[in-house]
Amino acid sequence: MFNYTIRRLLFTVPTLLLISFIIFLLLDLAPNDPTGNLPMTITPEVREKIRISLGLGEPIHIRYLLWLQQFFVNEPLNLIEEWWGIQIGDAENRLRVQSWATRSPVVDLVVERMPQTLWVVGMSYVVGILIALPIGIISAYKHYSWFDQIGTFVSMVGFSIPTFLTGTVLIVLFSVLIDSSSPFWLPSIYDTTHRVTDWSSFVVQVKQMAMPVMVLALFNAAQLSRFMRASMLDNLSQDYVRTARAKGMKERVVLLVHVLRNSLIPVVTVIALGVPQVFGGAIITEQIFKVNGLGQLLIIGVQGADIPLVQTLTFIFAVLIVLFNLIADLIYGILDPRIRYD
Amino acid sequence: MSVLKKTLLATAAALLTTTAAHAERGSDGHLNIIYWQASSILNPFLSGGTKDVEASSMVIEPLGRYDEKGNLIPWLAVDIPTVANGGVSEDLKSITWKIQPGIKWSDGSDFTAEDVVFTADYCMHPEGGCQQLTKFADVEKVEALDALTVKVTFSKPKPHPYGPFTGGESPIIQKAQFQDCMGAKAPECTEQNFGPNGTGPFRVTEFRANDVISMEANPNYRDASKPHFATLTFKGGGDAAAAARSVLQTGEFDYAWNLQVDPTVLADMASAGKGQVVSAFGTSVERLMVNLTNPDSALGDQRSTVEGGPHPFLTDAAVRRALSLAIDRQTLSDVGYGEAGQPTCNVLPAPAIFASTANDECLVQNIDLANQILDEAGWAKGGDGIRAKDGVRLSILYQTSTNAVRQDTQALVKQWWGQIGVETELKNIDAAVFFGGDQSSPDTFQKFYADIEMYTNNFNGTDPEKYMSNWTCGEIPSPATNWLGSNMPRYCNEAYDALAAKLAQTSAIDERAAIAKQMNDMLMQEGAMIPLIHRGGVSAHSNTLGGVLMNEWDSELWNVADWHRTN
Repeated sequence: MFNYTIRRLLFTVPTLLLISFIIFLLLDLAPNDPTGNLPMTITPEVREKIRISLGLGEPIHIRYLLWLQQFFVNEPLNLIEEWWGIQIGDAENRLRVQSWATRSPVVDLVVERMPQTLWVVGMSYVVGILIALPIGIISAYKHYSWFDQIGTFVSMVGFSIPTFLTGTVLIVLFSVLIDSSSPFWLPSIYDTTHRVTDWSSFVVQVKQMAMPVMVLALFNAAQLSRFMRASMLDNLSQDYVRTARAKGMKERVVLLVHVLRNSLIPVVTVIALGVPQVFGGAIITEQIFKVNGLGQLLIIGVQGADIPLVQTLTFIFAVLIVLFNLIADLIYGILDPRIRYD
Repeated sequence: MSVLKKTLLATAAALLTTTAAHAERGSDGHLNIIYWQASSILNPFLSGGTKDVEASSMVIEPLGRYDEKGNLIPWLAVDIPTVANGGVSEDLKSITWKIQPGIKWSDGSDFTAEDVVFTADYCMHPEGGCQQLTKFADVEKVEALDALTVKVTFSKPKPHPYGPFTGGESPIIQKAQFQDCMGAKAPECTEQNFGPNGTGPFRVTEFRANDVISMEANPNYRDASKPHFATLTFKGGGDAAAAARSVLQTGEFDYAWNLQVDPTVLADMASAGKGQVVSAFGTSVERLMVNLTNPDSALGDQRSTVEGGPHPFLTDAAVRRALSLAIDRQTLSDVGYGEAGQPTCNVLPAPAIFASTANDECLVQNIDLANQILDEAGWAKGGDGIRAKDGVRLSILYQTSTNAVRQDTQALVKQWWGQIGVETELKNIDAAVFFGGDQSSPDTFQKFYADIEMYTNNFNGTDPEKYMSNWTCGEIPSPATNWLGSNMPRYCNEAYDALAAKLAQTSAIDERAAIAKQMNDMLMQEGAMIPLIHRGGVSAHSNTLGGVLMNEWDSELWNVADWHRTN
């Protein structure tokens, strides 16, 4: 297992380098321009100067190597310096990966946006799992019952209705139709500067998280509950379940100890593989509720042709996806003793 | 301290001081502003985007700026220098600004002429990539004559010498703060660019790029009773409809900017009674650019260039007039713009003294006349209903950027042109690509590989000299100039160039107006462009917010110091 992990980790290095190069090429070939969204009153000559000041005058391989150096050498060095409060070499003149639109280090932007993304998108993932597992278990156990039918219907609805519709409907219901003096009123705009310091500010935080979390949780739960149900159904018809019942075990033990543990193996893998999506944010939901997390950062970067920002963000997502694939494989090995990688 | 808590405290404070009737700074509590395009940076020299210029206009200020009627008024200066008051030299080559005494930066230090000189050096640095460089065109040197006097010398006579240091795009930054940020260092000064010291009514307390800015009243602001608000939140993100909703329906925000939303949707939201929609008109005109050169792909590198030869049918004045007459501009305005649009037949619609009335034929749609003109010019309808002459069919490729209103306009125009026997193919391109300057992309508006293209253009301030020179021969984009240039129709007329040169040497305002009108009429009557809509800005503010004076000539937030709470 250990050797396998090391081997896989080593293999990720060329994979990630290749991914970063492909992302860079794709972004460079895309017909986009960082000065494209500026007002028309800025003359073409000035635009050309702006492009050169952004480094677009250099050939592509130079720009790629520069990005590699900034991301793999300068950024880690800066992190180490900040954590331990030391200075390594010429920190003053070491260039970090800079966003073109904000002219500030991309990694700082990512760190600034992490809290709201983790709170809202992460919480919705947790809530989604908490809703999905019981629904999946009961639906499978009471196969074709009214509960199963309703569960199937709700997950189909959650899966097929896009979040931009559910989000807008919730805003109309809770922010527009309900008067703002009512305790049930919910804000339609997320305040990222809000700090939880006491009970009342905690209530405000819960209120502003309620709508985006519910929208995303419905979507996540829809998907996971179907997985859970299918996996439970597979196991319920296995011979060992009949054996357990024949031995006179209580139904609760059969279901929750024998069947559930075995059914969870594929579900845990699916959950692990979905974690990078949490970091990726939920582009549409973040836009609707103005949560302004990582998803919104990415979309603004794409619209404004902020290539260093998009490059760095997509690459971070790629790293997370590769890592969580590895983690999913390892969890699989731990949960199911029959699987051995060595 | 949370925003909520601040709000509560401030409201409590406001309640205690209501008797003072807005006499005190910060007595009106908290102000919420939403710009659905989030601000990325508070240094307008590094980002010319409107959202960034306007956000920063609450913090840093120019010497002179435009009021809501388009008049140039002194801001940090004592007065507006003119030839009459001796501020502008007789040869029109220099302008001398006198700064108001006693102005302080938000850090408490004195605002001096050195800061103004530094600002010019900062923007004109060759490696800085300054986005407002156009403002400093032809500036030879900027010098401080004494602590409160600045002299700008130009390399040639400038009849309109109000480029540098006027308007929201050309504010003054503090020398002490930015002196290590010159040239190539400019983008690395994140701290300065996110929190500039200013002379304006507010100062930055927290800046989150592309998300939200928190500000508080500047304790050193020159008017002790202003601003009325103690703190403000400048939120970004989402879309125009959501921003409108947050002011007009949910009441969470006090002011929302640039609400290009379906007019009926906006009117519906406004009927909730929580706020009102305000609009103002500047110089923006949505227009069709007519390609006078041949965009045929068979021409290869010579496509859409003067060398590639004239357009097969758009060079015929009858065709261009018919195309313009077939359009119902009032309907376009009602469908797409509502309060934010009015039909126009001029590419230079404002200020009023520059607006011509010579082209008003196009204000009323006249399909019959358009058909008649084409018949008389010998364009006969073929079996498919499309007109042709000598084997040339009236078939148009009509491109624009991707945007719901523009696509509605395209569809309507296509239908009307169909009625006069003109075939239209529609195309839309993502704005960042269309307006971008990527040399490898065939879809940029400069390359113009189409017959007609549509977009909006305008000019800053109130003087059209630079804008009208966009259509001189030297401005034609071509491979030789890397497709740089603003003359999209590839219009070239010696008489027009002569007028442009004359405008650059005339200083009397009436004469300038006469020349500019003549240039506008020339462009219109020779059909280089087909103007559609004079576009205004639309914003919304809460019924409890007073003092808003919508301004299209400068930043919309130009008088934020006067904004106050009404009950």
